[in-house]
Amino acid sequence: MKGAELQKLLGVEVAAGARGLEKEVTSGYCGDLLSDVMANAKEGAIWVTIQSHQNIVAVAVLKRLAAIVLANSRIPDEETRAKAEAEGIPILLSALGAYQIAGRLYELGIGRIEA
Amino acid sequence: MRSFRADLHIHSCLSPCADLEMSPRAVVEASLARGLDVIALCDHNSAENVGAAMRAGFREGLHVLAGIEMCSQEEVHLLAIFDREEQALRLQETLYRHLKGTNRPELFGDQIVVNEDDEVVFFNDRLLIGAVQLELGRLVEDARRLGGLVIASHIDRPAFSLLSQLGFVPKDLALDGLEISRYQDPEGARERFQGLQGLPLLTFSDAHFLKDIGNPCSTFFLEAPTVEEIRMALRGEQGRHLS
Repeated sequence: MKGAELQKLLGVEVAAGARGLEKEVTSGYCGDLLSDVMANAKEGAIWVTIQSHQNIVAVAVLKRLAAIVLANSRIPDEETRAKAEAEGIPILLSALGAYQIAGRLYELGIGRIEA
Repeated sequence: MRSFRADLHIHSCLSPCADLEMSPRAVVEASLARGLDVIALCDHNSAENVGAAMRAGFREGLHVLAGIEMCSQEEVHLLAIFDREEQALRLQETLYRHLKGTNRPELFGDQIVVNEDDEVVFFNDRLLIGAVQLELGRLVEDARRLGGLVIASHIDRPAFSLLSQLGFVPKDLALDGLEISRYQDPEGARERFQGLQGLPLLTFSDAHFLKDIGNPCSTFFLEAPTVEEIRMALRGEQGRHLS
């Protein structure tokens, strides 16, 4: 599913990097430790986190992630927005917690474990 | 005994996120211009510019301590500060053994080792922005065992701080103090953080740009600007103190 379609289905706001929504979202990952995300997230994943530090964008570029969802109404600061805009990494904003966001993504078929 | 204006948390151009103008010599000159008496160079997970800063400091008349800003497995930043470069380099050996990955300068920034005359020595290619895969308590112990002063960095910040990552200050952690960032006003800091495990609050600049050096700093009353004297000041021993 494309990022843009997923964003509409989730009903979340795009804070920056909208042009990256054309990318295909192929799996999902949750985590707030950047080192863990760097070690374990897969290319094409949508990443749910409460971290809003600008390094999240560098991690997303490094791992070729499809998008970042900030949970719990977290707001990215100016540097984070500017970097996301420059790199075309979509940052989506949600008032839900990471658990609920991951649940909705799973219901939409993102990153299902093949039976 | 006299007062020493100290900024014990300054980065150099070895930290990927710091400005390229932060050469060890430029840091020393800017520190003197701000009226500082003692500084510590604390790059992320590395002390490879510390020697150059100490030599530049010796030449220009500024006391430079050997520091590293460690990043633990929990992504907590901690300052380890020593009197001598060798101590910091020994800690660095441990950190490097447990730090994985290669820097991507286009994403994280350049990591430049520079000598005391502003000449580039080499580009460090380790992932210095990464987390050392050792737990917090182990890093504190290692730095203490080598004789270092250990201070939790910018505990008021929403990322990479002891409080953002762990929620509270663990009781058994052998810290010497807690750093409050320049983003937190002193009044608010006292209200939010005073008395956390009885640890003293310090303010340093965490400068990544020359213009930020010394703003803020902390003032100590000491016989000499050494790690042991600063530790005594933080405990309020034998007349030494933090103003």
